[in-house]
Amino acid sequence: MAITFDHVNYMYQPNSPFEAVGLSDVSFTVPSESFTAIIGHTGSGKSTLVQHLNGLLKPTSGTVTVDDFQLTAKTTNKHLKSLHQHVGMVFQFPENQLFDQTVERDIAFGPLNFGFTNEEAMSLAHQAAHDVGLPDELLKRSPFELSGGQMRRVAIAGVLASQPRVLVLDEPTAGLDPRGRAEMMAMFAKLKADQHLTVILVTHQMDDVADYADQALVMAHSNLIKAGTPAEIFADPEWVKAQQLALPTAANFAQHLVTRGFEFDSLPLTAEQLAIQLRGQLPKEGR
Amino acid sequence: MLEQLTLGRYIPGHSWLHRLDPRAKLLLACYFIVIAFLTTNWLTYVLMFAFIGGVIFLTGLSFSYFVRGIGPLIWLIVFTAILQLLFTPGGHIYWHWGILMITSTGIQTSTAVFLRFLLIITMATVLTLTTAPLAIADGVEALLRPLRVIHFPVAQTALMLSVALRFVPTLLDEAQTIMNAQRARGVEFNNGGLIKRLRAIVPLLIPLFVGAIGRADDLATAMESRGYQGATNRTRYRVLKWHNADTIAVVVILVLNVVLVVLRHM
Repeated sequence: MAITFDHVNYMYQPNSPFEAVGLSDVSFTVPSESFTAIIGHTGSGKSTLVQHLNGLLKPTSGTVTVDDFQLTAKTTNKHLKSLHQHVGMVFQFPENQLFDQTVERDIAFGPLNFGFTNEEAMSLAHQAAHDVGLPDELLKRSPFELSGGQMRRVAIAGVLASQPRVLVLDEPTAGLDPRGRAEMMAMFAKLKADQHLTVILVTHQMDDVADYADQALVMAHSNLIKAGTPAEIFADPEWVKAQQLALPTAANFAQHLVTRGFEFDSLPLTAEQLAIQLRGQLPKEGR
Repeated sequence: MLEQLTLGRYIPGHSWLHRLDPRAKLLLACYFIVIAFLTTNWLTYVLMFAFIGGVIFLTGLSFSYFVRGIGPLIWLIVFTAILQLLFTPGGHIYWHWGILMITSTGIQTSTAVFLRFLLIITMATVLTLTTAPLAIADGVEALLRPLRVIHFPVAQTALMLSVALRFVPTLLDEAQTIMNAQRARGVEFNNGGLIKRLRAIVPLLIPLFVGAIGRADDLATAMESRGYQGATNRTRYRVLKWHNADTIAVVVILVLNVVLVVLRHM
């Protein structure tokens, strides 16, 4: 049970003057209940890729497998509804998708569409609101009265309420302040652990990749150019820079330390790894 | 699916037609549409189609853009032509059934309707394909300027027009994103009966309106903070210039008009 892309190609507006390549021969596997980060510069095909995960886009050729679902060029829209439920998509700036009169009803909108009864949908909505940390007194308010951060939580709750098994996050922390960003990433990590979700995160925040991801996929010019653990991806700083990416803050700092005579067994990616490696070296320096 | 519309789209280019003054292009396109009604016999149609073919060649764009531009409208044209064909009395009657009939006059008028529609739509497509939306807005403003004597708010209209044109692609993008987001939440936009489809539009329309209002608010604030105090007493960054090429284009159209008038009496 996993997500597999098998030689997936995607062409925008094929056979027209506006034809453009979206994905070119992309193959990879994401294990169940893992945390995968997709990185790459703007326009490299990240968003195109994640829209294949729940059938919003269908491959021009190749096969996408998400658990029991197979998505090919021939898949008809009739079969996509259960896939939409199975894979929850949080788009960039998801607060733009709110529309209903109350927060509660907006969150329950997804479950109602997927055939839950009114009572079930409401209880799922309350559970999801609780999971994303929305206070109960907000549930009867209009979503348009809330702050930007709260609106985003409502939108995310609206996706979670349909009980997806796979959660796709397209830059979920864009435009949030540092605290909101840290809280939201911690929230996703907790949701993943509690509900045994498979999480796929599109991001430009290399610190989030280092802190949370088990696996990272690097996209460039519609191609998948590297897949591996964050340690493998960031092992070659020169290559990372050539892809217009950055190192995580801790790795960057460690590199500066190397020029001042420190030595690391492997490049530390998180503040914690950096601290552990430094602790081994500091007493020697002190003598 | 929204981005597949060719109608009203601008394709950047450097052809002779791309560089014409937008005022000239707007005027000439309108003028062409008027003289398209001067066509009466096959000679005039041959001339007009030869002319529009030449214009398409001058745009330097692939012919397929024009085919796609007409594509969505072809059913409307065919529908109109068929109605003309079946309901026009007069001349020799070839076939009739109840009030439906095919007559020689009917065949003539429906052919005329079909061909004129084709000419007009092709010319409108040429205009939008080769003229940037902002240039069209500038052209419209320049052409409306005489209306200032009757206190028509020309500058305000032009501002609204250019802001509206600027935000068409942005709003289309946003509509596509919201549609995707709602599809992911289980909305089916292309399934079910009329009522079900209309209800599916609500989760798309409300966020789109809310977004547009928020955007308008931000834009107004940004404009005020940059010193915009109303449309009067402004200088212009984009100044339209009339070149020799524009005069040539006007002369060509006038010659076409004269030749048409001559040919329709042959």
